[in-house]
Order: sequence, then structure tokens, then C-alpha cells
Amino acid sequence: MTRGMSRDRFERALLRGLKPLVIAFLLAITAFPFLYMVMLSVRDIQELILDPGSLWPRSFTLDTYANVLGEQGFLTFMRNSAIVAVATVAATLLISIPGAYAVARLRFFGRRQVHFLFLAVYLFPAIVLAIPLFVLFTMMGLRGSLVGLILVYIAQTVPVTVYMLRNYFETVPQSVEEAAAIDGCTRLSTIWRVVLPLSKPALMATGLYAFMIAWNEFLFALLFLVERRESWTVSLGLSQLAGSIEIPTTVLMAGSVVLTLPIVIVFFAGERLLTEGLTAGAEKG
Amino acid sequence: MTTDLDARPRAQAPAPRGRTLREQEGRAGLALISPTLVITLVVVVLPLAWAIMLAFQDARLINIRRTGVFGNYTLENFSYVMSEPGFWPALVNTLVYTVAGTALSIVIGLVTALALRDRFRGRTLVRASILIPYVAPVVAVTFLWETMLNPQYGIVNTWLSQPIAFLSQAKGTFLGVEVPVALLTVIAFEAWRYFPFAFLFILARLQALPAELDEAAVVDGATPTQRFRYVIMPQLWRIIALLSVLRFVFTFTKFDDVYLLTGGGAGTEVISVRVYEFLTARDDIGASAAQAIVLAVVLVGFLIVYLRFFGGGERD
Repeated sequence: MTRGMSRDRFERALLRGLKPLVIAFLLAITAFPFLYMVMLSVRDIQELILDPGSLWPRSFTLDTYANVLGEQGFLTFMRNSAIVAVATVAATLLISIPGAYAVARLRFFGRRQVHFLFLAVYLFPAIVLAIPLFVLFTMMGLRGSLVGLILVYIAQTVPVTVYMLRNYFETVPQSVEEAAAIDGCTRLSTIWRVVLPLSKPALMATGLYAFMIAWNEFLFALLFLVERRESWTVSLGLSQLAGSIEIPTTVLMAGSVVLTLPIVIVFFAGERLLTEGLTAGAEKG
Repeated sequence: MTTDLDARPRAQAPAPRGRTLREQEGRAGLALISPTLVITLVVVVLPLAWAIMLAFQDARLINIRRTGVFGNYTLENFSYVMSEPGFWPALVNTLVYTVAGTALSIVIGLVTALALRDRFRGRTLVRASILIPYVAPVVAVTFLWETMLNPQYGIVNTWLSQPIAFLSQAKGTFLGVEVPVALLTVIAFEAWRYFPFAFLFILARLQALPAELDEAAVVDGATPTQRFRYVIMPQLWRIIALLSVLRFVFTFTKFDDVYLLTGGGAGTEVISVRVYEFLTARDDIGASAAQAIVLAVVLVGFLIVYLRFFGGGERD
């Protein structure tokens, strides 16, 4: 008994001591690199080369941002990324809302099989798809156009968003919909007037998810857009310029901040919605 | 869930006119789901079929219009890519990278979830910080790693007595043992970037566990490690098994991370990078497709073996 107690006390003390260390370590490996990114983006390249170990810049400058946005063309890249992301979000919602409603509420031929299709698409390796799509887009002359890219992003997000939305639509009480039907609503107007207003959090989460995929994606942007600099997305732009020796690292760091910041803001604006939606779905599967 | 819904008698479908309403419902369902089906069919299913066809044909961008459904099918691409000297090392790399990256990210995710399980001041902030590596764009984080690990001006190398070329050095000695430096760095990146993913899933499960079991174990005198081993872990196996499958599938075919960090150099070449190289630099679509198919087949093989061995126990 006494030995057990002492082991218990020892373990508790040990864990109490270890926990702050683990948390400090986690903070160091996650927060520090991003703080360093910001710190590096506001100093002159000369300073980095002379004193690579310093954390705090001796003199702040925003010239790096002016350079990356103007001269390097990041403003154009941001416009392209924004077009792609917003179009993807709009189209994804437009397609997945009726789809999710059908899977949640209506009995139709093949409803069960639809799940397998979605799971397969979700797990499907993008690199396999990249080959035929690259060939097809080359043949159709769609390479360099943002439309082709948007199509691919829609196809990649729709299976997941249908799944997320379906989970939410199922929690909308059926009696509310029936009441709307008795009041003379058709099926589409029931979705528009009853289901959607009740599902705002899920719609937000779905939109954010699609936005993040479209903004962050790299492989297809590389395959489809690399030859036309004026249609580069921010991700592609940074990856292409990162190889060049002429552009100072600190300027490119400013580019990284420009690339990362929108997504971090968007994520934390809707973080609760997103993580709950994703993990709740995964637990069921 | 679906069965519940199906079995439930529907208020608006009374028996005599049930069939027509049911038919209407079926038609409406198909109409509403059809945009989803069309886009997945056009952008995923048909291209997949075409990729398989291309793998069995001599296809290059120049002669692509001459290949067709009834083209000349051959196994040449497969024998060609498998006899290439880089193929088998790349397959081994893919496996090592996937298994190590998956395992590490899940272990770190588990430790993180346990450390952040109970409330403390500033937990929200720590949680937010932990999620950033996973949320941030892959191009930005790989560039950040490249800069921090740069042998000339990287901050990590200023902390070391001797600079290490983490991303461009294939082999190095550590404590007298030869280690694949770049491959380990890429694996570390994988663990760093995806442990938040594991953390989110495991934390969600941890917080859904009934407190009674843990409390009963405390009353019975179980120490913290005993409670972890005999009370918490048995309830986490399911989610860890699911996470292993998800991370394995995603990492096995991952292209962005390795390509952006090392470009496949310094002994880090994985199959997906080879697929890209064959497609773009070598303009050999058939060989590229053949490698992608081999990758997918190996992946499916692993999944089948996995489900054979672990799938049965999971359902209990």
C-alpha cells in the first residue's frame, strides 16, 4: 500500500513537472518558426547575412513588402489566388448543398453507394489524377487558365463538403421541414428558406474548408500554370521565386507572410466550426 | 444513421399514394445529387480510367492524339520504370518516409493531446499555436524550413558548432553512426506539419471519454501511467488505427512536401516526385502513369493487409 502510494505520488509529481516542459517545447517548435518568419520579413538582407543568429531586427523596414507586392508581382498572384479561392467556394457550396441535402434526406437509387464514391475520392492520390488532367488540359489549351484549376479544386473539395454538410443537415429537425411543406413550400424553397438559415455554421465551415484548399494547393497550380507568370497563384509564385538567387530571402519571407496570413486569419475566424465539423465527421467514419 | 432514416415511416408518405411520392422523392434525390456526381465523374473517375489506359500505352505529349481507347496496349512502361535504377530506392524511401512520418506525427499528436487535455491558463493560445503548422500553406512552411536550415545564414545552423546541410546532404555521421540526413529532415518536417492533425482527432476523442472510468481507476489506486495504459489507451486504439490509415494513405502519395524541400535530391526521392519528373521533364506520360499505378497498387496492397490484420479487432 505505502509503496503504491509513493509510486503514485512520484508519477504525479513527475508528470506535473513534465507537462510545462512539453507545452513549452510545443510552443517553441510551432510558434517560434512563424514569429521568426515575421521577424525576418521586416529587415534588410544585409543584416541577415552579417548576423544570421539575431532574432530581433536592428532596423525595421517595410521595403521588403513593397518589393514583393510590386516588383515581384505578388499583388497579381494574390488577385489570382483570391479569384480561384472565391470561385471554388461559391461553386463548391452551390454543388454540395443540394447534394448533401439529397444524401441526408431523400431516398434515391444508389444513395448508399454514393458514400463509397466520396470516401474513394477523398482518399484518392492527387498525383495519379495529375497525369491525365495535365495531358487533357494541354490538349484543350486550358493550361495557364484559372478555370481548369478551379474545376479540379471543386472536384477535390465537393466530396468532403457534401459529407460535412450532410452531417449537419441531419440534425435539422424533420418536423420543421414538414411544417414548411404543409405551408406550401416546394422542396427547393424548403432548402432555401428553412434548411439553409438553420445551417449557417455548417455553411461557414464548408466555405472556409474550400477556401483553404484552394488557397494552399500547390501541385495542380504548378502543373497547369507554371508557364504563364501572370496567372500564378501566391503559392506557385513563392515556390518559383524561392529558387532564384537575385531575390533576397527577406523579400521572399515577406512573400511567405503575405501567403500565410490570409489563411491563418480565415482559419482562426472559423476555427471552432472547422475542427468540430472535420473531426466529428471522422469519428463516425 | 442512414438505416435509421430509411426505416422511419414518413409522415408525408401515406400508404395508398406512397409509391408515387416515393418515386418523386427518388427523382428529386437524383436531380439534387447529379451536379456532385457529374463533377466527380468528369474530373476524377474518367481521368482515373484514362490514367490506367495511358500506363499501358506508349504516350508522349507529341503523339498523344494517336493513342486512343483502342491503341496498342503494352506492358513496356512497367518493365521500363521498374528496371530504372532510381525506382526501387525511391519506393523504399517512400515507405520509410511514410511509416516514420505517420508514426512520429501520431505519437507527438498523442503526447500533445494528453498535455493539453486539462484546462490551464493560456490553453486556447497554445492550442492555436499548435495548429498553425498544419493550417499554413505548404509552400510557405517549406520555404521557412529551407531558410531556417540553410547552411550559410539559417538560424538553426548558428546554434550548432558545425553547420549541417540538412536538406542537401544525403549522408552524415551522428555519434559515429551513418545517418541519411536529408531523409531524416524530411521525416521530421512531416511529423512537425501533421502532428496537429493527429492532435485534433485524439483530443476530440479524449474529451468525449466518460470520466467515470478514470475516476474509478483513481479510487482503485491506479497511478497515472497505469490509468493511461489500462484505461485511456484501450479507448484510443480505434481513433489511432483510423489516424494511421489516413496519414499512411495521404503521406504515401504525397508530392508537395518532398518536392518543395529537396526536389527529390540528396536521397529523398519518393515515387510521387518521380511521377512528376517523368511527366514534365522527361515528357514520358506512359512511364509516369505506370509509376503512379504501381504506387496506387502498392498502397491498396498495404491497406488490404492492414485491414486483414487489424480490421477485425477494430470492430469489437
